[in-house]
Amino acid sequence: MQFESLTQFFYMGGHGLYVWLSFALTFIVLALNVLQPWLDKKSILVTHRKRMQRESIKK
Amino acid sequence: MATTKKQIMPKWFYLMASPKGCYQITGKLLPTFSVLSILLLAIGLVWALLFAPQDYQQGNSFRIIYIHVPAAILAQSIYFTMAIAGAIAIVWNMKVADMVAYSCAPIGASMALIALFTGAIWGKPTWGTWWEWDARLTSMLILLFLYFGVMALYSAMDKPETAGKAAAILSIVGLVNIPIIKYSVDWWNTLHQSATFKLTEKPAMPAEMWLPLLIMVLGFYCFFAVNLMMRLRNEILRREKRASWIKDVIN
Repeated sequence: MQFESLTQFFYMGGHGLYVWLSFALTFIVLALNVLQPWLDKKSILVTHRKRMQRESIKK
Repeated sequence: MATTKKQIMPKWFYLMASPKGCYQITGKLLPTFSVLSILLLAIGLVWALLFAPQDYQQGNSFRIIYIHVPAAILAQSIYFTMAIAGAIAIVWNMKVADMVAYSCAPIGASMALIALFTGAIWGKPTWGTWWEWDARLTSMLILLFLYFGVMALYSAMDKPETAGKAAAILSIVGLVNIPIIKYSVDWWNTLHQSATFKLTEKPAMPAEMWLPLLIMVLGFYCFFAVNLMMRLRNEILRREKRASWIKDVIN
């Protein structure tokens, strides 16, 4: 363990802002990258189901 | 229908080339890679933030390396993957390859973006500036714009086949930028330091510094695999909506 207290861990020897900003922004970008295809899949399935329902009524 | 054509590639290759086979195989691989990427990224993150020693010159701002380097490596590897997939799509007219190229673009753009802004944030305490128009930084920015170009081409054209061809040609031409990024630190005077990992040499940093970095790089690769498969499967569902096997997936 490199840090003796939680405050020191957040302070990062004066570089806290830079380190935490980098890690937070990276986390946000990665999270959006997972969220987008996940929501996309849901909407694709909904459209497909609706289309198939329409087509089965026509027949 | 009997085919007399001899199959020169292994069986899984032909399976992967068909949208249905690709959908099934990626469905089986997805859970393993998800667990792997979560594990590697979690271990790497805790190691990087809590246990890796600080740099004797840069102090704790050095910890940014643990996301900056993996993102930069991935941004280039994904570009390479995208260009190769695009070339395969053009030469062999393979639908799945074009879908791979299409799915690579947003992930690669995200990685280039991460590499650029973590670099800028890291540059402030280390070099005293957020941005400098030097070779490494500029060629990396061009990489981001190439990704944007590929994404714009796909969204500008209605037919995925035409869009795929145009995007593939752009990404193949843009490949020339990859060696420029790699050698920019050797060819020009630049603020940026040279490569951390070299295949031929031992890393200049101690093991307690580069081991967590290696784990983060592997974690980012697994994350890319997971994300690529998620996007690829969506694209298969979207483009193959007329195929009969899709009905079983939906219901």
